[in-house]
Amino acid sequence: MSPSLTPAARAPALRRLFEGLKGQALLLKSLTTLVLAAGAGVIMLPLLFLLSTSVKDRDQLRQSPPPLIPTALTLVEVNGKQEPLYRVTVDGQTREMALIKNRPGGKGLFLDPANPSQTYELVIAEQTALTHLEIHWENYAEALRQMKFDKLLVNTLLVTFLGMAGMLFSCSLVAYGFSRFRAPWLNIFFIILLSTIMLPGQVRLIPTYVFFNKLRWVDTLLPLIVPQFFANAYDVFLLRQFFLTIPLELDDAAKIDGASPLQVLLYVILPQARPALVSVAIFHFLYAWNDFYEPLIYLHSPQNWTLAVGLQTFNALYAVNTHLIMAASAVMILPPIILYFLAQRIFTQGVVFSGIKG
Amino acid sequence: MSLTPARRESLWAYAFITPWLIGFMVFTAGPMAASLFFSLTEYNIVSPPQWLGLTNYVNLFQDELFWHSLSVTFKYAAFALPLGLVFSYLIAVLLNQKIPGVNVWRTIYFLPSVVAGVAVALLWARIFDPKFGILNPFLAQFGIKGPGWLADPDWSVPALVIMSLWGVGGNVIIYLAGLQGVPTDLYDAAKVDGATAWQRFRHVTLPMTTPVIFYNLVLGLIGAFQYFTEVYVLTGGAGGPVRSTLFYNLYLYQNAFKYFHMGYASTMAWVLFVIVLLLTLLIFRSSDTWVYYEGQLKGR
Repeated sequence: MSPSLTPAARAPALRRLFEGLKGQALLLKSLTTLVLAAGAGVIMLPLLFLLSTSVKDRDQLRQSPPPLIPTALTLVEVNGKQEPLYRVTVDGQTREMALIKNRPGGKGLFLDPANPSQTYELVIAEQTALTHLEIHWENYAEALRQMKFDKLLVNTLLVTFLGMAGMLFSCSLVAYGFSRFRAPWLNIFFIILLSTIMLPGQVRLIPTYVFFNKLRWVDTLLPLIVPQFFANAYDVFLLRQFFLTIPLELDDAAKIDGASPLQVLLYVILPQARPALVSVAIFHFLYAWNDFYEPLIYLHSPQNWTLAVGLQTFNALYAVNTHLIMAASAVMILPPIILYFLAQRIFTQGVVFSGIKG
Repeated sequence: MSLTPARRESLWAYAFITPWLIGFMVFTAGPMAASLFFSLTEYNIVSPPQWLGLTNYVNLFQDELFWHSLSVTFKYAAFALPLGLVFSYLIAVLLNQKIPGVNVWRTIYFLPSVVAGVAVALLWARIFDPKFGILNPFLAQFGIKGPGWLADPDWSVPALVIMSLWGVGGNVIIYLAGLQGVPTDLYDAAKVDGATAWQRFRHVTLPMTTPVIFYNLVLGLIGAFQYFTEVYVLTGGAGGPVRSTLFYNLYLYQNAFKYFHMGYASTMAWVLFVIVLLLTLLIFRSSDTWVYYEGQLKGR
């Protein structure tokens, strides 16, 4: 604001500025919503494409560009043959006719099924092919049968939930040790633990494989489950951050009542830390369900595969069956999506992640 | 019991962290030492390792495919990281506004981050398909003739970058947590001082969230060197077309589990470890100039 304005002239100027800001805010909000909506469309489109492809049959797959709504050409029987039905314009009249023959110059021979004796030669591009909705749900049953889904699902659930149990058990203990006690070297060990988050996994991959090979655990589910019982840096860190927010007075009250440290963990800390435990459990589920690298390395026989490996192989063998592969993929992403909607609050409010900063 | 309370506390502490101590020895420290040893040997798992000295390292630095896989990885990281960073940050800023239905938007934007892995890679293979996919027909509406994407060696890495941008929701979650941690009194103070929306963003939001940007940057860099599932699924483990997607981790996998050159693959793992370490240190060093920690001021 220029200093030359008198105090009397300043008030309306201030008000104008204020109103300008208000208008600006409204404009910003509308713009924000608009941009977000456009981005949301971009995000949903691939998933819609997945769904739509998964319910098409082989003929529908050949449509280029692929329609998002799974439609098929409407056919009509002419002289014992199935011919595509078109909406055509003849002598200014719109009628439905079958295309029975292609002619040179982009033209085609059309006839009215009700009056098959008269044919018309018309430019195909000027007519509209009639389509109708055609959904092949049976693709799902077929895909699941072909990739032996039930067996793979059992393996995946074993790896996921046994691993989750091991992770929750070990990480709770370790996080408790790192959050409630003083001991020499404990801080050094915590820094070592944190630095393993940054460690690229490959640097320990091969000896670990050799180790499991010596134990004859390769081609069993054990290498994917057993290490989870020995804690991992990421979940220990997140749980510890959460444990630190639980007031020490609660521990002290329990200790006065004669509780041992283990009882404090079981009856004070863990019940208080439910949201954090649920969060790390969910993130473990997503990790184990989607993991591909380790199952690929450790599981060789088809009866031991997890869904991720089975789906990859299914695609490598039957890539032409796009519709079945998309159906299997849709089934594979369904549990994470259901879980996501059930536990939405944990994601959208960042229950666990709020511990990261600072 | 003759234990002092302090001794007893230490014993409890070590008892509780024992699972991690064992796991660290068996699955981290031990294997790291062993892979350093393997990197100096020829080892195919079946017969015992043969001592080679530094031969693997010398061979690696003369291996054209090693340099090629490094450049593929860097090329991918050079585009995917900055683009992902900017996109996810902007989305987080938008999702942090007080607008109607913001939870619905958040739900949609985080959705791709939970559906990672094989299924998503297979889906994108179809999206990129020049004839039966949806990307090129979409571009055609703007008069752009789309490339062959995954079938074209010049466009396969950009296709992977596009695919990675679809899944930035995971970073958005972390940025959003960071944005929500910015104290509102700072905004109020800035408003009182007459700062515009842009000035508030530039001088309050951005500096206050640099630690989170830093965190995502470091993890993103490490992630680029671990990049595997998508490229394995899309190329059948070959890194094609004409090795244009032979990422570092894929080449390492091929050496270890396709050719069973476990010694050579261990060499690759250790070189990777050093590269990641150096890059992380570099980011840490540079962070002094651009990362702002609120806690640092308190000491003054």
